[in-house]
Amino acid sequence: MATEVRRDVVVLEARAERAEGGWGPAVRAASLAGVVAAWELAARLGGIPSVFLPPPTAVAAELLGMATGGELWRSLQASLVRIVLGFLVGTGVGVVVGTLAAVSPLAEAVVDPLIAATYPIPKIALLPLLVLWLGIGEASKVAVIAIGAFFPVAVGAMAGIRGTDPQLVRAAVSLGASPFQVVTKVRLPAALPVMFAGFRLAAGMSLLLVVSAEMIAAAEGIGFTILHAGDLMQTPKLLAAIVVLSALGVLSTWGLQALERRVVRGRAH
Amino acid sequence: MQVRFESVHKTYRRRDGIEVPALAGVDLAVASSEFVSLVGPSGCGKSTLLLIAAGLIPPSSGRVVFEGDAGGRPRTAVVFQEFALFPWRTVLDNVAFGLEVRGVGRAERLERAAALVRQVGLSGFESRYPYELSGGMRQRVGIARALCVDPAVLLMDEPLSALDAQTRQLLQEDILRLWEATRKTVLYVTHNIQEAVFLSDRVVVMSRRPGRVREVLPVPFPRPRTEALLADPEFGRFCHRIWSSLKEEARAALEETHGDGSPA
Ligand SMILES: Nc1ncnc2c1ncn2[C@@H]1O[C@H](COP(=O)(O)OP(=O)(O)OP(=O)(O)O)[C@@H](O)[C@H]1O
Ligand SMILES: [Mg+2]
Repeated sequence: MATEVRRDVVVLEARAERAEGGWGPAVRAASLAGVVAAWELAARLGGIPSVFLPPPTAVAAELLGMATGGELWRSLQASLVRIVLGFLVGTGVGVVVGTLAAVSPLAEAVVDPLIAATYPIPKIALLPLLVLWLGIGEASKVAVIAIGAFFPVAVGAMAGIRGTDPQLVRAAVSLGASPFQVVTKVRLPAALPVMFAGFRLAAGMSLLLVVSAEMIAAAEGIGFTILHAGDLMQTPKLLAAIVVLSALGVLSTWGLQALERRVVRGRAH
Repeated sequence: MQVRFESVHKTYRRRDGIEVPALAGVDLAVASSEFVSLVGPSGCGKSTLLLIAAGLIPPSSGRVVFEGDAGGRPRTAVVFQEFALFPWRTVLDNVAFGLEVRGVGRAERLERAAALVRQVGLSGFESRYPYELSGGMRQRVGIARALCVDPAVLLMDEPLSALDAQTRQLLQEDILRLWEATRKTVLYVTHNIQEAVFLSDRVVVMSRRPGRVREVLPVPFPRPRTEALLADPEFGRFCHRIWSSLKEEARAALEETHGDGSPA
């Protein structure tokens, strides 16, 4: 039998590689534009009553009217003040409490069961109680947002600080760091990425709670606008307010990402 | 600064309550400006001994005596196997860390840190972050960071184990050069016998766990040493002599590990 010699030759050559980011911004923009266009068509040609689904152009016109008429800025300001105050208070206390619980066994024993018991409560359920304590004004709304923002940050800070590489702590102590310096110069910086995950959750929580709180007890704000427009069947206004919420969510995510890039150093982003 | 270990014992208590004896009476004196290496089977307590010397964990009994005038300098600084650099600090800020926590002013500490960065051959990398460096460069930062506080005693725990063979060889020579320039008291843990012999004045062979000093061997090769020493047949014979001593312990340690199933 003849011996057959088969020679397979495989050549790997240079070839164009697709950029790391995958599909470019064009497709991303087209995805959004496509949905808006389909919506516009459905609303205009599909015979859907405007009360159910006004076309995006009508929503945009409404948004413009709200902006020029000043209503948009009034409700935006009302909501933003609540969000920002609640977020700052909640995350500030969250960082402090989470840090203490992570570095002090006593604080941990005090705080851990309290957090475990209260974390699962849907925070909006506390609003009536807060209104009872703080009145129907701003304080109760800020408080409920602060409570909502507190938990993810406290839990994130605790996890991040406890999870600090023990070798880094050893290195710091061996170089002469005091227990306080170990916290400020090692544990907190090491925990920052996890804390930022908490900040992002807290921002989402703040948005959710401001709308809920304004729907329950407020005379202005984005949440109030949505509820009120719904009651009056002003669907374009309702959708305009929702668009504003979406923008707020996207902007807060971008803002936090930008801050994280500035603050969290020394890692490949 | 002289370091004396006097009957140092250490027993770890694990979370489940089981006691693990790691060191069972280590007696050892390291003279001022002496370079001493510790070799021994894995798990025999070398790292434990270094951590005790660094004051990071207390001995269960016995003591470590530092004798000599530290002149206000810190007693010890440690170089870790896994580098343990602060990932959010630049090279320069990593090196300056010890001075920073000791309250040395910014200008002065950065100047001293920069000088050390230069000394370990990392000029130009001052503002890089650790993730941007190779393993060898990272450990240079680790060494510079420890030297920057000007410790009386330098403790090094397998500083080159995480590096490839060539980088390792280069860093050995750099360590030798740095030591000759500073003449610090050094306690150096390694698994590599050639490395121990090449660098040290004396090599301490430890027994298997719980660790004790099994044998202390003065290294007969004169300084300054160069790479050429590695090719010297006498060097090979001396290394082999240490390996024979170590082998019995290592083999017995391995058999004990398999015997009772407990981790090394
Ligand atoms: N925190 C701890 N808790 C319990 N046991 C420990 C602890 N640290 C170390 N041990 C045990 O003590 C013994 C000595 O550990 P050590 O790390 O000092 O050994 P080593 O000689 O440095 O080992 P290697 O050569 O592998 O680095 C080992 O058996 C180890 O499992
Ligand atoms: Mg070790």
